[in-house]
Amino acid sequence: MPELRVCALYPDLMNIYADRGNLLLLERRCRWRGIGFRVMASGLGDHLDPDGADLYYLGGGQDRDQKLCALDLAEVKRDALHAAAARGAVILAVCGGYQLLGHSYQLGDETLPGAGLVDLVTVRSDGPRLIGNVAVEVELEPGVRRVLAGFENHGGRTRLGPGERPLGRVLKGYGNNGEDGWEGVRRGSVIGTYLHGPLLPKNAWFADWLIETALGARQPVGALEPLDDRLEAAAHVDARRAAGV
Amino acid sequence: MTLLAPKIVAARAVGELARRARRGGGTSLPGKVLLALEPDAIPELAGRLPRGSMVISATNGKTTTAAMVAAVLGRAGISVVHNRAGANMAGGVASTLLAAARGGGRIDGELGLFELDEFWLDRVAPQLEPRGILLGNLFRDQLDRYGELDTIADRWAAVAAGASGRGARLVLNADDPLIADLGREAANVTYFGIEDPSVAVPEMQHASDSKHCRRCGAAYVYDVVYLGHLGRYRCPVCGRERPAPTVAAERIELHGTRRSEFELVAPAGRARVELPLPGLYNVYNALGAGALCLGLGLGLDTVVAGLGDVRAAFGRAERIAIGGVEVQTLLVKNPAGANEILRTLVLEPEEIDLLAILNDRTADGRDVSWVWDADFEMLAERVRRVTCAGTRAAELAVRLKYAGVPVDRLHVVPGVAAALDEAVAEADRGRLYVLPTYTALLELRGLLAGRGQAVPFWEPAGARRP
Repeated sequence: MPELRVCALYPDLMNIYADRGNLLLLERRCRWRGIGFRVMASGLGDHLDPDGADLYYLGGGQDRDQKLCALDLAEVKRDALHAAAARGAVILAVCGGYQLLGHSYQLGDETLPGAGLVDLVTVRSDGPRLIGNVAVEVELEPGVRRVLAGFENHGGRTRLGPGERPLGRVLKGYGNNGEDGWEGVRRGSVIGTYLHGPLLPKNAWFADWLIETALGARQPVGALEPLDDRLEAAAHVDARRAAGV
Repeated sequence: MTLLAPKIVAARAVGELARRARRGGGTSLPGKVLLALEPDAIPELAGRLPRGSMVISATNGKTTTAAMVAAVLGRAGISVVHNRAGANMAGGVASTLLAAARGGGRIDGELGLFELDEFWLDRVAPQLEPRGILLGNLFRDQLDRYGELDTIADRWAAVAAGASGRGARLVLNADDPLIADLGREAANVTYFGIEDPSVAVPEMQHASDSKHCRRCGAAYVYDVVYLGHLGRYRCPVCGRERPAPTVAAERIELHGTRRSEFELVAPAGRARVELPLPGLYNVYNALGAGALCLGLGLGLDTVVAGLGDVRAAFGRAERIAIGGVEVQTLLVKNPAGANEILRTLVLEPEEIDLLAILNDRTADGRDVSWVWDADFEMLAERVRRVTCAGTRAAELAVRLKYAGVPVDRLHVVPGVAAALDEAVAEADRGRLYVLPTYTALLELRGLLAGRGQAVPFWEPAGARRP
């Protein structure tokens, strides 16, 4: 029986928007299909095993906690995360976690280091926080366009370097910076997004894509068995409607 | 004051028009008009109150705590000017003062009693120049509107320092580290807290905040957790710890969704409080209300009698009968509040019928992420039937499904009226619990009022009191 191994990074600090909802979706959707599921945590100062998990999850946090985690990511976990990404493990970073995936996050006079997994920088803006429902068109597999719907709430403006690809195109909402029409980042199995907290309950199809991709990096897996997703589909429609799509 | 009088007349006229046009309760509109005409209306009118004002704020429990204080003051024969409908921003406070204002610079009431929204506390409290400020708790709530908890705590610290500097009494929850810190350097502080490990929870709930020492950043160690991040804590690095409460609750007994009792221990003595409201969260509310009233110089007997008189505030454990079914409404707004409601519900021995309504309008918080922070897992084995309603009914159903509630017990009916009818019709055990978010509560209330089953909340309290 295959098993999905998930490593939650700083789960006691980076959880401000109910990030555990994402982990719960992954867990239940594995178990309902007879796929094993194991979650482990890696906190401040903890050594990170680059081969220990199929999916690494980094959520959002308050400024103070985000700063502690940024330093720890850069000093303690950076190399392991790079090694994990290189072997195809999924790294999913949401909101405050997403801001730590790139080179740096500049907050006024202070610059937080990033994990350097992707080519992007984030700057805290003096302008208003970008808050609201958001819908994004993504093309995770060539030719297959789908919609991610969720909620965003961020003061930072993120800009991708040349050649770096976004996760998707903003249909409604702000996305990375409210200006260039892009949302998130994707480089192979490394994904960052401002669609915060429980993104997966509103996009169960994306949870399944993550499960498939994470398991597939270790061993070939066929298509996942379909589940009765009537409630999940309705929640997705409501989230899209809230965003105006 | 001669200048204020015509503005009062004008603002009242607008309020009356709004009420006739049935535009909501119109509870804050006249106040907003008055403030537009006279920005200093709040200090001018509040200054007429012979016994001054008291202010109450918290993430959870403001309205109920204020109702408890009002009940005690009622026992003491002190007349209050009180924003009892829960309109707790500047407009609501101004409306309340406006309604009580009388000619000749007088006001109809001795003491002002105001609950204030967390975000408005620093703007409105200084205008009231309160003689007492009760701060109950700070929990993660509506991040799209309020921002981070640390930010609110900083704003509250400024309010507490300012009020304390003017000689006001701070009544603070010792069990909440964020609140307790507000009184560390202040004079005139009363701390209240629970002293009964038998009602503790075995471990900290997921959505707990402020687990870190505000002074040195180290994680607090909890000897006892009562609710969310409230408990008996200490910092292992700098040694800061929960201040010893001078007003405490001991020997607590929780009787399901109906009532609770505890021993109120204060410098004035100790006495058993029979509280006609359920749950440990209401023990905290009563404790804060009691500490505030004792600080006013009211006697322990009066406090105990008043707390025994209290009635459920609008939608806060309020019970009504619909078609032979007893319907109890319990407002849920955020993870910490929802967890306490759920914890109280599962004290009932039987399987539960539930109508849960999740809206995502501005006053609810447009971001419904918080339902994933609330521990709905508590319900997994305990519900017979759940009707999910509201603008985000389906996401709520998904939350309950992933919490372990069998799918065949979940029914999605987005429209509130249809959902209520179905839930009542299916409630074959004669009891239904309704868990609405804030705008859903207003919707429900309007619906029931239209059917003659409940009194609109903006009517005077006398019309609601038994």
